[in-house]
Amino acid sequence: MSKFDEPDYYKQDELLQIDTKPPKTSWMDTPVDFRKGTYIYPGKAKNLKVVDLPNPREWAVEDIDWSLPEDWQRIVLEGMADRLVKYRSFKVFMDTCVRCGACADKCHFFLGSGDPKNMPVLRAELLRSIYRKDFTAMGKIFGTMAGARPLTEDVIKEWFYYFFQCTECRRCSVFCPYGIDTAEITMIGRELIGLLGLYVNWVIEPVANCFRFGNHLAIQPHGLVDTLEFMADDIEDATGIKVDIPINKKGAEILFVTPSGDFVADPGIYTCMGYMLLFQELGIDYTWSTYASDGGNFGLFTSHEMMKRLNAKIYADAERLGVKWVLGGECGHMWRVIHQYMDTLNGPADFLEIPKSPITGTEFKHARSTKMIHLMEFVADLIRHDKLNLDKSRNDHINVTFHDSCNPARAMGIFEEPRYVIRNVCNNFHDMPENTIREQTFCCGGGAGLGTDENMEMRLRGGLPRGSAVRHVQDKYGVNQLAAMCAIDRATLVTVCDYWAPGVQVTGITELVANAMVFTGEKKRTHNLRLEPIPGMDIDDDDGMGAEEGASLDE
Amino acid sequence: MEMVELGGKQMEIDEDGFIQDPDQWDEAVAADLAKTEGVDDLTDNHWKLVHYLRDYYLEYNMAPMIRKLCKQTGFSLKEVYDLFPSGPAKGACKVAGLPKPTGCV
Repeated sequence: MSKFDEPDYYKQDELLQIDTKPPKTSWMDTPVDFRKGTYIYPGKAKNLKVVDLPNPREWAVEDIDWSLPEDWQRIVLEGMADRLVKYRSFKVFMDTCVRCGACADKCHFFLGSGDPKNMPVLRAELLRSIYRKDFTAMGKIFGTMAGARPLTEDVIKEWFYYFFQCTECRRCSVFCPYGIDTAEITMIGRELIGLLGLYVNWVIEPVANCFRFGNHLAIQPHGLVDTLEFMADDIEDATGIKVDIPINKKGAEILFVTPSGDFVADPGIYTCMGYMLLFQELGIDYTWSTYASDGGNFGLFTSHEMMKRLNAKIYADAERLGVKWVLGGECGHMWRVIHQYMDTLNGPADFLEIPKSPITGTEFKHARSTKMIHLMEFVADLIRHDKLNLDKSRNDHINVTFHDSCNPARAMGIFEEPRYVIRNVCNNFHDMPENTIREQTFCCGGGAGLGTDENMEMRLRGGLPRGSAVRHVQDKYGVNQLAAMCAIDRATLVTVCDYWAPGVQVTGITELVANAMVFTGEKKRTHNLRLEPIPGMDIDDDDGMGAEEGASLDE
Repeated sequence: MEMVELGGKQMEIDEDGFIQDPDQWDEAVAADLAKTEGVDDLTDNHWKLVHYLRDYYLEYNMAPMIRKLCKQTGFSLKEVYDLFPSGPAKGACKVAGLPKPTGCV
């Protein structure tokens, strides 16, 4: 029998009964209903201690008493005062909103749940009402009439619930006439409750692991070697190519950094194999790092300070290894950190050189501060210069659509390169409807630390808009694969697609690229990187590919 | 976090029932953890999987990728689900005393 943390537990017709009628009580008088399946477990004390966070203790969301520090109100209000000075954007966002409602129906969680507090405007009001009460004359004098309310423990609980029902995807900000960035409001909200020791474990354990081991999964150097060597064996089975595995190679030209999900999680591992094959074929001088072994940075979901601490390891290892520049893999939120924060957090990275493709000579001048470019920029440039030998027909059984991952899309504006690459490696590509892609893309519902199974109801609700758009192209064009360049997407969209658009598989782009590439000295390609037989490719008996070995591990 | 008795010993488990101190693990603990997963009898095949995971964890401090687990134990993913209905991560890894994986997974 399925439990609340499994998709089967939720009946589609029940989830689709979305009640958009607001409750009878005013929003200030409607307390949070902590329903299993809609909230995330608290951060464990041992993880808080690793990174010196305040008030480490064991507690449960269902507890009446969250054992806050004695002077918790002072801590929150002083924290707010500090941030109003330090982050001018926060002050502007607190003062500016005219409650026009343009953002209201743009949030995937509101669309999927109907909960008014998931309207970005009201989510922001949860914080703004406290700001008014303590930091504006109107709020001090007129109180609730001016939209102000006192800071109580119920407010803290409400913040914990709703700031972890926001994936910081920033779709709402695209539609705000003032450009208010609700993600930044959520970030400050999370920082403030963090001062009281309130974190979710799905964020803070990856943070603690990343701080100690360099990646979210606590993979140690010999574990990374074992993992990549295993992939190299599968690569050889599929292609006949023996790939090198350069690790911590001093003096390499390029440091390659990708999310750690690509090392262990299906289907990210096939994209990782794709990286290894691509670099082998190009013969470029690159290295993996066992210290900068995660592009992901869950510090972004914790606090500005934590984001800075975790981002620093990439550049520290780039300097230690003496590389010239950094190439980043198919990661999502890494690119928000790199493009919008890195320069002032830890940059500019003057000890590195402006990224320059060793194959085409193209200089990527836009990365002159961070010295880090996206793999899709690099690959699109290779294809543009006709440097890859591609046989698109190997992907003819695939009918693919592309999910713009929120952060590369909205924080980086990388819309064309991935589509250009996909069109060059697949004959069948269909975009989802216009208002669900590019800068208007819908979130997977599991980003920003929400992708854990105990949050399954909200993930399915939040995944409804994206899932519906996938279903649309599945019905209309026969789409059977969804490509995404983000490890959280590759983990969470599998669940979303299985639930809302069953039959659509999830893939990374580099997996598609490697499956289409013709490698120097390859054997007859009968199986793809998943070791599934490629339709239309004749299988000879003497290929050394037994039926059992080639069987799919996917369900 | 909750304290429960597993394999005749008191130990801490998290919300999903994963034990918190891997050093407390032994076969009696595994047998009791399996019961929480609806597996009352651990057969040789169950133990093969559990010991593989446990040994891998002790050597590498992490769970192997599922693909490697299947290749090295000879079980297909379906067979893993037949043995542990909650699957390799939430079922088999839990019984083998591994922590719950987190991050972009």
